[in-house]
Amino acid sequence: MTALAEPPVMHEAPPSGTIWRLAEDRSSFAGPTDDRAGGLPDHDLLEVALGPHHPSTHGVFRMDVVLDGEEVVRLKPVFGYLHRNHEKIAEKNSYLAAIPYTDRLDYICSMTNNWAYVMTVEKLTGFQPPERAEYIRVIVGELTRLFNHACLVGFLLQDMGALGTPLMYAFREREKILDLFESLSGARMMCNYMRFGGVRCDLPDGWIEEAKQVVAEFPRFLDEFEALLTGNEILLVRSQGIGVLSKELAVNAGVTGPMLRASGVGYDLRKVDKYSIYPRFNFRIPLGQHGDVFDRYMIRLLEMRESLSILKQALDTIPAGPIVDPKAKQRGLRPKAGEAYGRIEAPKGELGFYVVSDGSPNPYRFRIRPPSLINLTVLEDMCLGHTIADVVIILGSVDIVLGEVDR
Amino acid sequence: MQTPEQIKSLIEQNVPGAQIELVPNGSPGGPASILIDSDHALAATTFLRDAEELAFDFASNATGIDWPERVIKEKNKVKKMVDGVEKEVEEITEKKTPAFLETVYHLYSMSLSTGPLVLRLRTGDRGQNNHLPSLTPVWRSCEFQEREIFDLFGIVFDGHPDLRRILMWDGFKDHPMRKDYVEPDDYEYEPTPHDDVLEKAQRHYAQEATV
Repeated sequence: MTALAEPPVMHEAPPSGTIWRLAEDRSSFAGPTDDRAGGLPDHDLLEVALGPHHPSTHGVFRMDVVLDGEEVVRLKPVFGYLHRNHEKIAEKNSYLAAIPYTDRLDYICSMTNNWAYVMTVEKLTGFQPPERAEYIRVIVGELTRLFNHACLVGFLLQDMGALGTPLMYAFREREKILDLFESLSGARMMCNYMRFGGVRCDLPDGWIEEAKQVVAEFPRFLDEFEALLTGNEILLVRSQGIGVLSKELAVNAGVTGPMLRASGVGYDLRKVDKYSIYPRFNFRIPLGQHGDVFDRYMIRLLEMRESLSILKQALDTIPAGPIVDPKAKQRGLRPKAGEAYGRIEAPKGELGFYVVSDGSPNPYRFRIRPPSLINLTVLEDMCLGHTIADVVIILGSVDIVLGEVDR
Repeated sequence: MQTPEQIKSLIEQNVPGAQIELVPNGSPGGPASILIDSDHALAATTFLRDAEELAFDFASNATGIDWPERVIKEKNKVKKMVDGVEKEVEEITEKKTPAFLETVYHLYSMSLSTGPLVLRLRTGDRGQNNHLPSLTPVWRSCEFQEREIFDLFGIVFDGHPDLRRILMWDGFKDHPMRKDYVEPDDYEYEPTPHDDVLEKAQRHYAQEATV
């Protein structure tokens, strides 16, 4: 007769000094730390790899989660599944050849990626885009913000369990804007539209009228969306008080974009840096009070309304004229030795490019500051103490695209 | 916002012993950057963050640059006596700069809406002396970015709470963003190789013959 075996231990406490080193010593971090992160409980814990093929991770992204019952006590994001070293590729190619690659960073918002890169090279060389080009950039940039936020809200609702419908409503509106982009640049997603000192081609005939039509119809979609969702009890219960991010931690951890403003910090580069021609337009910056998932959801809805107001003003006042700086050089560009850091308010946060030139035809150093990656710094802090179902929602409210996180 | 010169003297007044240099920037209107010695980096950056008149509470961007040993040619016009007549002759002097790795931080102030201040730290060389102090204890936003610099450039950050590879896998050797990185021989069969594909094919077959 054999003795009964001991019940199997599900998981021993994570070994210190290897994978979970961060957990042991959080005191060295700047900013306030969560009290729960002091140490691990004595009893058995369960370690779960959430992703990389989990549908709610918005791509190939993995979170190694340690669970105490259903409660998250540790969370480590794991990156690199989509890494192709975009920076190295750009350093081997000419300045112009990097523009189509930037489309593939945040592949939902290719226009704003283009914009941030050409703006940096303009800083490096001193090219001045003409007025009409600046207007076109603002228009396509705000259209990008519109459908990015609409899709994000759709994805977030999908993660909460509202399968399909909100996302398809958002995608229906996105299609209209993608049609505009297609008639403008020839491509729906990989637009490759901006050039140093301007844009690649002028607006086709009748484009402004079509864009005005889309902008005029958009509020109806927003009203419908809000009537369906914002007062919904399930949404309120699942999102309010979940994943709270404090002001101090958000600033210290370099969180930017709607996520920062949901925590109540009024920092929008369109107002702070006054880049392009944004100072000419009248718009407000919505701010959150609590920094929870619901505030992040609401901020996006409010920002879409402000974008619509910018679009209306820009479409009404766009002047005629050239679309490229005549002094600008596209092919064989060799900027003088120097460096420039340019940043714009992309839909996901502050998208920055840092280019160092040594006078040769390709950049000596080409660096992207990805808002998606840096906003994930605080993912663990937001998730501690919540259940695994909330982790999915908190990640959804950050708004990441893995093409940009892994580059 | 204060100019880089003013910020330099402010740090020198408040952090005793800090050695600071200004690095000029060739692009039009681009700000000069501040190079701090690594021993006083932590004290100086803490001062930059906490000083009321500066308040650089937001470290936007942290990145590395690889500078292998370079030879810089400088042309100078020198007056010389040639055959008894004074003439202007161009003389080319060659200067060697030592190899080092560099980290660059772009700092902004959210509370004062100022910036950027460009901060640089340099390692001793590209080999064993590749250590720099981590600025993650000052700005949490450097956490993932310094891991990325460690991963791609091989700069070791002392005081980083969780220094592991972030984009490449754990068993990976070498640092891909260094200028002397050699790509692995991942050859795919090509029926009609030409130009650089042919070169690559020949290199591959030569390697295969030796294995």
